[in-house]
Amino acid sequence: MAEEREYWRWSERSWQACETDWRSAAAITAGIDVGSVSSQAVLLADGKLLSFFSTRTGSSSPDSAVRAFNGASEPLGLSLEDVSYSLGTGYGRVNVPFADRTMTEIACHARGANFMAGPAVRTILDMGGQDCKVIRCDERGKVLNFIMNDKCAAGTGRGMEVIADVLSVPIEDIGRRSFEIDDEPPPVSNVCTVFAKSEATSLLRAGWSVNRVLAAYCAAMAQRVAGLIERMGVEREFFITGGIGKNIGVTRRIERLIGVEAVGLPADSILDPQVAGALGAALFAHSLHRKAQRS
Amino acid sequence: MIANYGYEDGSGFYYITIDGDLCAKCVDHSCVAACPQGVYAIEMDDYDDFVAVVREVARKRLRELCSLCKGQNGGGGTERALPCTDACLAGALRHSW
Repeated sequence: MAEEREYWRWSERSWQACETDWRSAAAITAGIDVGSVSSQAVLLADGKLLSFFSTRTGSSSPDSAVRAFNGASEPLGLSLEDVSYSLGTGYGRVNVPFADRTMTEIACHARGANFMAGPAVRTILDMGGQDCKVIRCDERGKVLNFIMNDKCAAGTGRGMEVIADVLSVPIEDIGRRSFEIDDEPPPVSNVCTVFAKSEATSLLRAGWSVNRVLAAYCAAMAQRVAGLIERMGVEREFFITGGIGKNIGVTRRIERLIGVEAVGLPADSILDPQVAGALGAALFAHSLHRKAQRS
Repeated sequence: MIANYGYEDGSGFYYITIDGDLCAKCVDHSCVAACPQGVYAIEMDDYDDFVAVVREVARKRLRELCSLCKGQNGGGGTERALPCTDACLAGALRHSW
């Protein structure tokens, strides 16, 4: 019997600055983002990016935090004892067992986006696993205003995972394939994860191609998020964080709807929009550690 | 920092907006006691200011929780007085519906 493929399963990501001798750094700081779907850890050596790891959140938030930290630290031979300050963020932030402090993912995504895309960023859209936030920030990445919708998982990363499985399309191919269509279909009428599933199968039965259904689902998700962005108002530059930030099927349709192009990361960038929260947490950890040392 | 707590669903847009910069200057935080449904709490925000927040458990139930006060003052509405907005002397609180 053939092994059943898990189309929703996205690749874990890992990166280390192998050329950096972290043992000579004055302080190693860690940011751990335990989200509802994915968990990330970012390590900084004296404020410079040293390592990151992104993995799926399991049933236990503390275990997910430890697994994310180990994924970032073990390739470097670094252990928890080497970390001067660690900060937890995300949905499961209170369950990061080794965190010196916790902060909301709102502040951390703004700080991370500021680092990744530069100080000109003023509006951030964080498209997470089970919620969606629009954040306005200043040139230092300090949050000025935010709005979120976490009433249900409709139009979020988890919903996209369900669609990947229903349509048997690897999640990383959805964005590209959603543009391989002759004309843009109307959005599916409901992005509710449960109803979208039945609507997708109905459309397939009605003769729609898989790519056309993907396009209709991406369009519905973009429409839902664009409404939230418009309520807040978009100020340039605009940047998208979170796992859905890697799905061009959604991001390009959002750009079309709001009439603003999102800032992209350079082609040679090792950074990933999904680690923005953990990166922001690590940057806050670095600042708080320095502040504690000064006092 | 301006925080918008709440949600949007098929029936409408239900958000409470709290202007943290105005709220942090208030020492009484009487909005907490004024709300008969216990919607508010005082917490330290990410920038170390003590501000009112909408409690996590209330964020997805605002329409239902606030309906008592809104019903008593003639159907609510963003311009009508509510116990929480009346108690907020800093003018930091606003309802979207």
